[in-house]
Amino acid sequence: MKTLWAFITKEWKHIWRDKKTLLILFGMPIAQMLIFGFALTNEVKNSRIAILDPSKDTESRQLINRIDASKYFEVRKYLDKPEDIHRAFRRGEVRMAIVFPSNFNDDLMHGKQVTIQLIADASDPNIATTVINYATAIIGDYQNEKLGLKKLPYRIEPVVRMMYNPQLKGAFNFVPGVMSMILLLVCTMMTSVSIVREKELGTMEVLLASPSRPIKVIIAKAIPYLFLSVINIITILLMSYFVLELPIRGSLLLLFSESVLFIITSLSLGLLISTITDSQRTAMFASLVGMFLPTLMLSGFMFPIENMPKPLQVMSNIVPAKWYFIIVKSVMLKGLGLVSIWKETAILSGMTFFFLFLALKKFKIRL
Amino acid sequence: MRRILFILEKEFRQVMRDPAILRIMFVMPVIQLVILPLAADYEVKNVRITILDHNKSSYTSQLVNKITSTNYFTLVSYARDINAAMKDIEHDNADMILEIPADFERNLVKEDEAKVFLAVNAINGVRASLGSNYLLNILRSFNDDIRVKWIQMPRMNTEPRVGTTHSTWYNVHLNYQRYMVPGILVILVTMVCSFLAALNIVREKEIGTIEQINVTPIRKHHFILGKLIPFWIMGQITLTSGFIIARVVYGIVPEGNIMVIYAFSSVYMLAILGLGLLVSTFVQTQQQAMLISFFLMMVFILLGGLYTSIESMPVWAQYIAAVNPVSYFIEVMRMVFLKGSDLSDISRHLGIIALFAVVMNSWAVMSYRKRM
Repeated sequence: MKTLWAFITKEWKHIWRDKKTLLILFGMPIAQMLIFGFALTNEVKNSRIAILDPSKDTESRQLINRIDASKYFEVRKYLDKPEDIHRAFRRGEVRMAIVFPSNFNDDLMHGKQVTIQLIADASDPNIATTVINYATAIIGDYQNEKLGLKKLPYRIEPVVRMMYNPQLKGAFNFVPGVMSMILLLVCTMMTSVSIVREKELGTMEVLLASPSRPIKVIIAKAIPYLFLSVINIITILLMSYFVLELPIRGSLLLLFSESVLFIITSLSLGLLISTITDSQRTAMFASLVGMFLPTLMLSGFMFPIENMPKPLQVMSNIVPAKWYFIIVKSVMLKGLGLVSIWKETAILSGMTFFFLFLALKKFKIRL
Repeated sequence: MRRILFILEKEFRQVMRDPAILRIMFVMPVIQLVILPLAADYEVKNVRITILDHNKSSYTSQLVNKITSTNYFTLVSYARDINAAMKDIEHDNADMILEIPADFERNLVKEDEAKVFLAVNAINGVRASLGSNYLLNILRSFNDDIRVKWIQMPRMNTEPRVGTTHSTWYNVHLNYQRYMVPGILVILVTMVCSFLAALNIVREKEIGTIEQINVTPIRKHHFILGKLIPFWIMGQITLTSGFIIARVVYGIVPEGNIMVIYAFSSVYMLAILGLGLLVSTFVQTQQQAMLISFFLMMVFILLGGLYTSIESMPVWAQYIAAVNPVSYFIEVMRMVFLKGSDLSDISRHLGIIALFAVVMNSWAVMSYRKRM
């Protein structure tokens, strides 16, 4: 016990001495939560559009004003001829072009069917489908107003309730996602350099020559970082509650303990990387380049897992952030208890033991 | 000039000597590029719905048939009661509950108005609103069907009608891979280049070999150039292998001239490497370098316009996007790959990136001190 304590003190002094790194470690999660909590949203609004309106009459102008006034669109350009559409797209100036027929007003007044063409730049298919949907809805509203609303018989009235997030804020989905990503990457990266750094600087020999067993070395490496990460998760939770205004509907204690579990999982993964690599550079590459995109894309917060092909759905199960993301959503936003998330908790614990076991097994006591 | 050659030789030898880093540099991006674009399907489909039917009439079964026959919805279960239905939502087995009250049919016939209740899991707001809109559309058309059947309402309207047609240019089938592959390639190339550059000088500081270089007659800009060129070449190799994968695995061939991309990437990599070297001159340890460049990368990548659109962000975030090199490269890639833009179309992007490269590299040269 005493040797373990001595080891922890040594690690702690190493970390404490390097004020610049400490500052980055505490400042970075705060900055990231602020930036991503406010800036990330999968809503599509203020899309730049171009108008090609050969008729230029009052009716078409009314409709254009209506489109421009909605929060989804911003009219950037008025075009003169159809060839200009291609040019505007190729320069990336607009997302969509709305083409009115000539004689829009006349045809409308004489009861003819008039057709408005929506041409979207589908080099981004997500945005293309969304802007087409929004524009169609606005034009549909316009038409309903023209027709005048009549009370029809046999109405089915749907009553819609948006659960957990009535204002449909983007932050409800992105904050838990960003949380799991920052925690995983920062924790993994911190410990991934810890052992390999001693190898690189040559102090590993001293450690190995000491009478302590590998497990003590490994635990002593992780504990100071665990302490730092706990401070980080506290600031992150405080910020998501007070600054980003996300509710915490479930038990705070449960949320906190699950976060600590996830931190331990990430630290163990870092230790594993640290034991199997032989330079800091390789370790950091493996923990960041290797994990950043898979975590971002397979944890379920950017892209729905149900939409992925089967093999990828299976693969997403080995991404630790996926399980923590589910846990945070369940406890924080849905207000559920441990009964509902025991499976996710068990998986994270299992992963932790697996990583630690492997790290211990791969830990070489000879250089 | 000869001095630069010596540094180049040294750098190349160092890189070639380390097989682990070479493997990571070339193999990891390739694997990720093969796998990850398949995950990027954002379309709202397979909305999972639980139906809670208290009425159980022929109308409700017609309605359910109509809902499940579209390919937007999959029926998860007929719930027995509201608790069971809520369980489906809580455990994320269902995205929404449609509840049909017991007096649905009676109210529809006698009162002219019947209510149905829709409860949607709205944690992901956009998915929730699109999914519920689909369902509302189905309800509306079901409603129309009933009316037509019961009162023979004229379906044709004699009043003014505005219709819309739509077309999707450059990607007619709305193929997600065509859009994701070039974007992910940009991210991978950027990460590899910037991390390598950021770690490079500081590694020499940490190991102590920088002293040896400082006492040689090598000038500051020679030193920076010598660090820059090897990574620049490796970055281009990574980019090229990415193009090959895009072609072989996904069958994606650029509409425009690929040399336009190389012209842009040559300048772009100078900018990214310059940024990495700048970070490297400011920090003392590799860990600091990695943390700082990781922070920058995460901001650049998540605000780069690949995952969420830049126009929808708040104004201050759009200012960040304006100085974000990654967003320019992603846009150029898409323009050339999908729309066939040429050099004159991307001239604005090229100019901004060139400015960026000049600023970053001259800053890096200036802040590199030959004294410890």
